[in-house]
Amino acid sequence: MEQLINDFSPGLFFMQLLIFLVLLGLLSKFAWKPILNSLKAREGSIADALQSAENAKEEMAKLQADNQKLLQEARLERDKLLKEATDIANKIKEEAKSDAAKQADRMISDAKNAIEVEKKAALKEVTTKVAELSLEIAEKLIRKNLSDDKAQKALAEDFMKDLKLN
Amino acid sequence: MINPTIMRNALLLLLLISLINVNSLFAVAGGSEEGGQIDTKEEINEYIQHHLQDSHDFTFWTNGKTGTHIGFPLPVILWSDGLHVFSSSEFDHGHEVAESKDKYFALYHSKVYETNAEGEIKLDDEGHTVNAKPLDFSITKNVVGMLLTSLLMFIGFRSLAKGYGKTAIPKGVGRILEPLVVYVRDEIARPNIGPKYEKFIPYLLTVFFYIWILNLLGLTPLGFNVTGNIAVTVGLALITFFLTQFSGNKEYWKHIFWMPGVPIPMKIILMPIEVLGMFTKPFALLIRLFANITAGHVVVMSLIALIITMRSQFGIVASSSISFGLAFFITLIELLVAFLQAYIFTMLSALFIGMAVEEHH
Repeated sequence: MEQLINDFSPGLFFMQLLIFLVLLGLLSKFAWKPILNSLKAREGSIADALQSAENAKEEMAKLQADNQKLLQEARLERDKLLKEATDIANKIKEEAKSDAAKQADRMISDAKNAIEVEKKAALKEVTTKVAELSLEIAEKLIRKNLSDDKAQKALAEDFMKDLKLN
Repeated sequence: MINPTIMRNALLLLLLISLINVNSLFAVAGGSEEGGQIDTKEEINEYIQHHLQDSHDFTFWTNGKTGTHIGFPLPVILWSDGLHVFSSSEFDHGHEVAESKDKYFALYHSKVYETNAEGEIKLDDEGHTVNAKPLDFSITKNVVGMLLTSLLMFIGFRSLAKGYGKTAIPKGVGRILEPLVVYVRDEIARPNIGPKYEKFIPYLLTVFFYIWILNLLGLTPLGFNVTGNIAVTVGLALITFFLTQFSGNKEYWKHIFWMPGVPIPMKIILMPIEVLGMFTKPFALLIRLFANITAGHVVVMSLIALIITMRSQFGIVASSSISFGLAFFITLIELLVAFLQAYIFTMLSALFIGMAVEEHH
């Protein structure tokens, strides 16, 4: 201890304090302050970057989920549209079928009617023709046999009766 | 290689003595006159003592045979009824008396004393000098070491600071310095001081690198022993002490003078203990650093001295090999110690400051 106290040099102590404090002052101003500020700024920017990367990741995941949902909805929509289209097509087909059938029926019935009318008309014509023929026949007969009016008349009536029956 | 003169010259550069464990070993007798070769245990011991002390000139090595010193003198600045400035070459390594403004100064055990014209050093019965000591503000070897360290630190950290202006990632020496700065901030300052750490970071960073670089310089053959000098460690510990006391908050002082939560008689007993604790903490700091570095220097030098002390037993080759192996191993440990002591000093400083600024709830 005595040796230590003897070795203690006040001058060196003073010089050491002076050098150290000057060094402390210089380094604080010119080195530590800018270094620590830069470190802090850099750490801040790194933390920010990490945070924004994290945010971007979340955003991405959200977007992806949204996309998936949209896709799902689109698929459902498509299926629905397809189904509707098929239904409509089927309906149209059915309708067309039934329309065609009706058309055919109507045409058939029209044709039947027309045939009926034609038949009737033809029959009427035939009747008329027969009557004319009969009249002609009768005329000829009359021209030949004008002697007996009564008999002629009865004969004509017979003819007529027969014609009507036809 | 076995030329003894070369070996001795190398020795003077490197140094010596194992303290107790070489008692049984004979040292080869040699010239013991002033400035002669170093051969005996006593001379080795003295050489180590000399190395541990500060020096007024910067000597790289000495030729023991011719007594010439290779190195350069340093300025001597004294205050004794006026300022005295002269070159340390005037002392001629303690052989001459320097005269300045009608006063005479001489070196005795590396210290400057006022003497008469003949350079007489008077000793009292206990062997202490009675001559007056001038205040010695010389640029000694230790001051050179501190200035060199300061310069290195300023250049290194200034370049790191400037580097941030260009890119966010440091280049060159900054790549090494930046992790260390971050380490001091995140591992030493923040956990020990707490949320108010930012105010104290400049001091902690400065003291950490200052001690570390000085410790490392001490391991180079330049032979600085700055952090192994009690005046230096006292200076550093005092700064920590004052920083702690001046940043102490109300709770800190309350814990010292009127410990809360204990009965009144205990408060009275605890007060002097706590007051003593204020001083023992920095005292432990200064002794720990001083003792560790001094011990390291003594051990390394003693191991190197084995070349001389074991020469007669094992021959020069074997003793040199043993010495080299051991000294190399210890030097590696000293590299670790250099960092460790800087770390411990900084860590404990941070811890003491942390205790003073801690908020109690």
